[in-house]
Order: sequence, then structure tokens, then C-alpha cells
Amino acid sequence: MTALTKLFRTTTFRLSLTYLALFSVAAAVAIFFIYWNTTVLLSRQINQTIDAELTGLAEQYRAGGLGQLVRIVAERSDTPGNSLYLVADKDGKQLAGNLSAVSPQLWDSVGPVEFVYSRPASGGVERRLAFANVFRLPGGYRLIVGRDIEDRRELSQLILTTMLWGLGAMALVGIGGGYWVSRKLLTRIDGLAATTRTIMAGDLAGRLPVSGSGDELDRLSQSVNLMLARIEQLMAGLREVSDNIAHDLKTPLNRLRNRVEEALREPQDETAYRDVLERTIEEADGLIKTFNALLSIARLEAGAGGENRDTLDMAALVHDVAELYEPVAEERGIALTAHAADPIIIHGDRQLLGQALANLIDNALKYGAPSGGVDNGWAPEVDVRADARDGVARIVVSDRGPGVPGPERDRVLGRFVRLEASRSEPGSGLGLSLVVAVARLHGGRLRLEDNEPGLRVVLSLPMEGDALINGAVVEPPAEKS
Amino acid sequence: MRVLVIEDDQETAAFLKRALKEAGHVAEYAADGQAGLDLARTNAYDILIVDRMLPKVDGLSVIKTLRSEEIQTPTLILSALGEVDDRVKGLRAGGDDYLTKPYAFSELLARIEVLARRSSPEEGLTRFVVGDLVLDRLSHKVTHAGEAIILQPREFRLLECLMKHAGQVVTRTMLLENVWDYHFDPQTNVIDVHISRLRSKIDKSFDDPLLHTVRGAGYTIRDSAH
Repeated sequence: MTALTKLFRTTTFRLSLTYLALFSVAAAVAIFFIYWNTTVLLSRQINQTIDAELTGLAEQYRAGGLGQLVRIVAERSDTPGNSLYLVADKDGKQLAGNLSAVSPQLWDSVGPVEFVYSRPASGGVERRLAFANVFRLPGGYRLIVGRDIEDRRELSQLILTTMLWGLGAMALVGIGGGYWVSRKLLTRIDGLAATTRTIMAGDLAGRLPVSGSGDELDRLSQSVNLMLARIEQLMAGLREVSDNIAHDLKTPLNRLRNRVEEALREPQDETAYRDVLERTIEEADGLIKTFNALLSIARLEAGAGGENRDTLDMAALVHDVAELYEPVAEERGIALTAHAADPIIIHGDRQLLGQALANLIDNALKYGAPSGGVDNGWAPEVDVRADARDGVARIVVSDRGPGVPGPERDRVLGRFVRLEASRSEPGSGLGLSLVVAVARLHGGRLRLEDNEPGLRVVLSLPMEGDALINGAVVEPPAEKS
Repeated sequence: MRVLVIEDDQETAAFLKRALKEAGHVAEYAADGQAGLDLARTNAYDILIVDRMLPKVDGLSVIKTLRSEEIQTPTLILSALGEVDDRVKGLRAGGDDYLTKPYAFSELLARIEVLARRSSPEEGLTRFVVGDLVLDRLSHKVTHAGEAIILQPREFRLLECLMKHAGQVVTRTMLLENVWDYHFDPQTNVIDVHISRLRSKIDKSFDDPLLHTVRGAGYTIRDSAH
């Protein structure tokens, strides 16, 4: 019963019923129209024939009197067909014709009339429907000319019956078809629902079945599967983060605790205490920074933080951030150059993009110098450039340092990942993860490439054409220093 | 100056009260939004320090209510929510500055001292003078003892920001926010390098340096002769 109720509730079944009702009404109207038209047309035809015959007989009567009329009627009555004739005197006595017994109503009526008459048949007498015109002649004589319309009545009856049966069959096929289609669809939906429930129960690796027919349900399943893949990835990320937090936050916390504990255990002079306290604050600051970075990344990956988007010029921002780092580069003996000629207008969050850019440049300055005394023949330089092509803004930060080996390139984008060679530099290993999160929030992506030698980081962001058309304020390029 | 701290955490409030007293200020404290609102309405304070999440009436509502009653006391919002969006919300509610927890007390002190003096005439000045260093905001010229100093536009704005708050500590974050309009942490101490460049331009050939580093806090520009 519940299965049946469920079936009746399906959209498909309801749609089938609605269509069925609509088509039934349309079919009924059409068939009735045909029926009605046929009947009326036939009646009119019969009427006209009878009229024509009456006129002819009337002429004969006028020309040759009653005798000739009786003769002609008798003659015509003998020819087989559906025509009915009767000439009778005022007492109702038949003078000629094939219509014998006539009811008093017919006798008294004038003009066209429908009536039932009896006719000898193989099994006795049969009653048939007829249509006639009664004409009164002088002296009480009657001339009745008619047609047997029993066949026509039967035809009408047949059309009516066919129509009803047809409608019935249509309803049956409609309901049956609707039932079948709904059942088929319901089975698939039930399958999807079952899979969804197992996924909800915790099996994140589960995927909705795809029949392979490429229909709308398949397309829906594919979209949901993509979504599930993303969720699985996010959950994996979350698990990874908690592992990372355990390691990268607990370790410095433990260090901090040990140091304070040690200072408490052994009586020391004031400067020693001061020193411990200062280092504790330093460690705490570092922890706060790491914690903030982690929170930012988590928020960005959850899709939050896009509320402050505005139209901005990426070229100006590139010059701006490069200018911020220029003295640092100079201090380290690295040539920092920025190239971005035309305004590149995108829709984005200036603070987030600024931070992403700052992280990239900061990384390039930290790790982009030929390290360990290995001279690769290039003077240390960091180049930042921005260009726009095919609706995509590309920001490229390249250095001439040791680069990142091919297999490591995807890995370093993850949280807390630091290459062995870079452990000596201060850093949390969160910089690139934040850039990736910012890129993703803006619908863009981050790619690491070989600069031969060195590392080239490419940040691609989609430009939104409409932001330009909507009369956005185009900022002039920032002053270069 | 007279400071009202509206903060529900007893220990934080006590710490702030003590530290502000050490810095030479008078601090009073309210433990919830309603009490804070009542105090701020009845007494005249130079500065309000308002925690964003408070019992009874939340911090932003306290500020909104005060502003709607035409009480324009400079207000610093303290919050654990540190994203730019939260900051914008805080400033929109009528706060004058926003500081994310956890913070260094030196940062908080520098910010409230600058805030309290915001309504002073410095804002409208066209010339800043510290010792014999003169900065003309209209002609964009800087002279030290009559000698012209050529500064890049960003260096000019850096010096302008420091001189506007002459005698007060300006932290690195404040400089980054005011001069560059960046509300993020640039990892490396980029500000220090910019300051050292500026210092080499304005103080290099003079015996008495004007630009001082305040350890653990930031920078200040002052006439050491006084």
C-alpha cells in the first residue's frame, strides 16, 4: 500500500494523469464534433432528397391527378432501396406504396417527422427508424415520402460506442504507461536515495549510480558525484588540518611550556627570567600568526570572506605590493622588478589578493636566492609581472633560485609543507596554501612551473567582463617608486 | 586620559586596568554591555575600549546606541573575529579602530593614544614640525634644518603618518594600515626596512636623531632636544 501511495505521489505519475485527462478531453471534443457533423450532414442530405422527390411527385399529381401519382408511387415502391412511400385516402386506406401501417401521429403531422415503422424481415417483423415528410393532398389524401434511417442510427451508435471504448482504452494505456514509467523512475530514485543514505551514514567514498544513458538523472547523479568528491576532499583536508595542528601547533606550545617550566625550576637572576619571558612572547606571537593563517585558510576554503569584493586594478596592486617589498629585496641583494603596463581590472578582494601577492613575493625573496653557495650562473632576481589574456589575469612571480623539483610542486601547495632545503628560513609553511585558497575563492588557480633555473609561480584569476562594462571606476596605475 | 574598558573577562579587564594605569591613564571598567552603556552615558571619557562579544548588550550595539545619542567618544573595538569583513562591520557600527585578540598591549596603547588625539587640531594642519624637520602637506616638500630632502611618495606618506602623531608611538601594523591600506601580515618585517630607508634620508647627516624605534612596540618621531 505504501509503495503504491509512493508511486501515486511521484511527479511522473501525476504528470501522466494530467496529460491523460487533457488528451481525453481533447479526444472527446474531437470525436463528438465528428459525430455531430456526420449526423447533421446526413440528415440534411436525406431531407433534401425527400424534398426533391416530393416536388417531383407533386408535379406528377398536378399533371396527371391522383391516378398518375398512385401509379408512379407504386412503381417506385417496387424498386429496392431505402425509400418509403405511401399514398392513402382520407380514411387512411393505402392506395399505393411500401409503407403499410401508419401511426395516428404520423397521419396527423405535416412536414418532416421521424418515426418507427415495421418491416417484414427474415425472422418476422422488425421495427426500424425512418424519416418522412407528410404532404396533404386535396380531398384528405396523404402523400408520405420517407427514408429508412435505421442504418444511419446504427452508424451513429457505432461511432458513439467506438468513442467510449477508445477513451476507455486510452485511459487504460495512459494510466498503465504512467504507472510503468513512474515505477521505472522510482526504482532509480530509490537506488539514489539508498546510496545517499549510506553516504550520510559516513561512507564518504560512496557515489551515486550512473546508468550510462546520459539522461537527466545521470546528469544529476554526475553533478552530485562531483559535489561528493569535493566534500570528500574537504573532509580529507579537515582531517589533514587537525593532524597538522596537532603537530605544528603542539610542538611550539610544548617548547614554550618546557622553557617556562625550566625557568621556574631553577632559581635564576632577573635577566635570565626576562630572557625567558621575551622568548615566550616571541613564541606566542609565532603561534598566534600560525593560528591566524590557519583560520584564514579555513575560512577562505569554506567560501567565506568574499564580501568585500570590489573592482580593482591588478596591475596597480602588483606595483603596490612589489614596492612594499622593494627595500627588503634591495637589502638582500636581490633585484626585484615589476612589470604590468595596462590596467587589469578584476572583481576581487584587495586585502586577500594583496596578501596572496605579498606571500608570493615574500616566498620568492626568501627561497629564490641561489642557496647554499651554489652559483647557478644567475644573479639573484625576482620578477613580478601581470598581464591579461582571453579574460584571464595572470600574475607571474619568478625567481632564479633552486626552484621546486617537479614531483614536489603539487605537494608544497598543501598546508605546513616545507621543503627540507627551506627549513632554515622562518616560516609556517602556510603561505602558498593561503594563496591557493585566495585563488580558489576568486575562481582562479595557482600553478608552479620551472623557470629554468628557478621557480615560476603563476596565479590565474578570471576577469569579469561585466565589471568593466558596468562603468566601474578604473583606478590609475599606482605611482612607481 | 580617562579610559572606559567594557570587557566581560575579569582577568583581561584587570590586566588592561593595571597596564593602562602604568602608562599613566585612568581606567574604569564595566563587565557587560548595559553597565558599559550606562557609564559611557553619564561620565565623560577620552576613549572607550569595547569588547565585541558582551553579555546583555553586545559591543557593536553599545557603540551604535552611543552614536545615535550623539556621544562621539573615540572607540576601539576588541574582537576575536579578525577577518576584514568583521573589521568593516565594526567600523560601520561606529567604531574608530579595530584590534584583534590576541593583541600586544603596546599595540593597544599606541592605538588608543592616537585615537584620543584624533579630534585634536593636528588633523587639519597643513604643516607638521618636529624639531627642525618640517613637512608641508600642500607642496609635498620636506626640509630638515632648511635642507630639502627628496622623498618618494610612499616615504612622504610614511613620514607624514609619523609626524601627525609626533611624540606618540606608531606601531608597524598602524603604519601598514594607514600608509599602505593593508590589513594583513606581510610576514617579513617590511616596515622596518622602509623605516630604515626613511631614517637614512632624514636623520643621516644630523647628530640628534628624530626617528626612534620603541622596542617591542613601533616607532615614534620626536624632538629629542626637548
